[in-house]
Amino acid sequence: MARRSVPLAVFVAAGLAVAIALVVFVAPHASSSPDGLEKVAADHGIDRNARASAVADGPLAGYGVSGVGDDAVSTIVAGLVGVTVTFVVVAGGMWLLRRRRLDTRAEPAPG
Amino acid sequence: MLAMHIPDGFVDGPTSLGAALLAIAVIAYSLRMTARTLDEREVPVVGLVAAFVFAVQMLNFPVANGTSGHLLGGVLAAVMVGPYAGALAVTVVLVVQALLFADGGLSALGLNVINMALVGAYLGYGVFLIVRRLLGRSPASVTPAAGVAAFCAPVLASVAFTIEYAIGGNDAVSIGAVAASMIGVHVLIGIGEGVITAVAVGAVMAARPDLVYGARGLLVAEPATAPAVANVA
Repeated sequence: MARRSVPLAVFVAAGLAVAIALVVFVAPHASSSPDGLEKVAADHGIDRNARASAVADGPLAGYGVSGVGDDAVSTIVAGLVGVTVTFVVVAGGMWLLRRRRLDTRAEPAPG
Repeated sequence: MLAMHIPDGFVDGPTSLGAALLAIAVIAYSLRMTARTLDEREVPVVGLVAAFVFAVQMLNFPVANGTSGHLLGGVLAAVMVGPYAGALAVTVVLVVQALLFADGGLSALGLNVINMALVGAYLGYGVFLIVRRLLGRSPASVTPAAGVAAFCAPVLASVAFTIEYAIGGNDAVSIGAVAASMIGVHVLIGIGEGVITAVAVGAVMAARPDLVYGARGLLVAEPATAPAVANVA
């Protein structure tokens, strides 16, 4: 089996580009209908006691940027912030987890 | 409305607290197992998977009767980077959504982690392994098995929600009716989940099959029996 491997950095960059493209080109056209859980909750009165989130007044609440009038721009900017924060937190967290393991490896094996 | 997870108030305080404690146990176990098994090159890949799940969760697609659905992403994450790191990736997505985007209540975070990380990534990965075995241990089985498991995951998550609501629902609503509605709509959402997951996994299987956790041990050109922990010593 011939292997023409895409370099890891290229693979990750391409994947992030796809995620960003989905946010920019598709998210503004996403369905605005309630999702499955929300619809069932409304139909059965499950949402009667629902409370707004404690951060419902946050600057990005509801996947929009408060103060931005253009809905598409608002959605896109919120989405790009979310993609960036998620990538940085997860990749950074994984890097720390791995580094911790390498640190503990130098000590006598715990078991 | 983009995405939309369980908000505060659907399920009562004690049940939400119990779910949060179970979620913490799942996260602690996942951290421990990830620290033990994570390969260096997987570090950016787990970040990519989480960012991708966040992006695709924004893409609500219509299913029926003025109802939409969105990817949950647990199976996609687990097949790509394994159930441990996959559950952590989905958990961070849920935390970011709850804190920054007010999607999903803060008190309901444990419930959402159970339904999408524990049920989605761990149980979903279990379904993936069963289907992969039924299809035959070959790289060609990975993408269809991921698709089938991803179809099942939203249905399993809807059952999990129904159980949570049966335990801690704040209203005297017929649980049978809730279960029927939840499962019915999540079968439709599961079709979308299965297609999106199969397309994404299929694309990675074409480009870098060696990065797909769910294909480990099936690829010809790799040391098939090398355990995940055995990297550069």
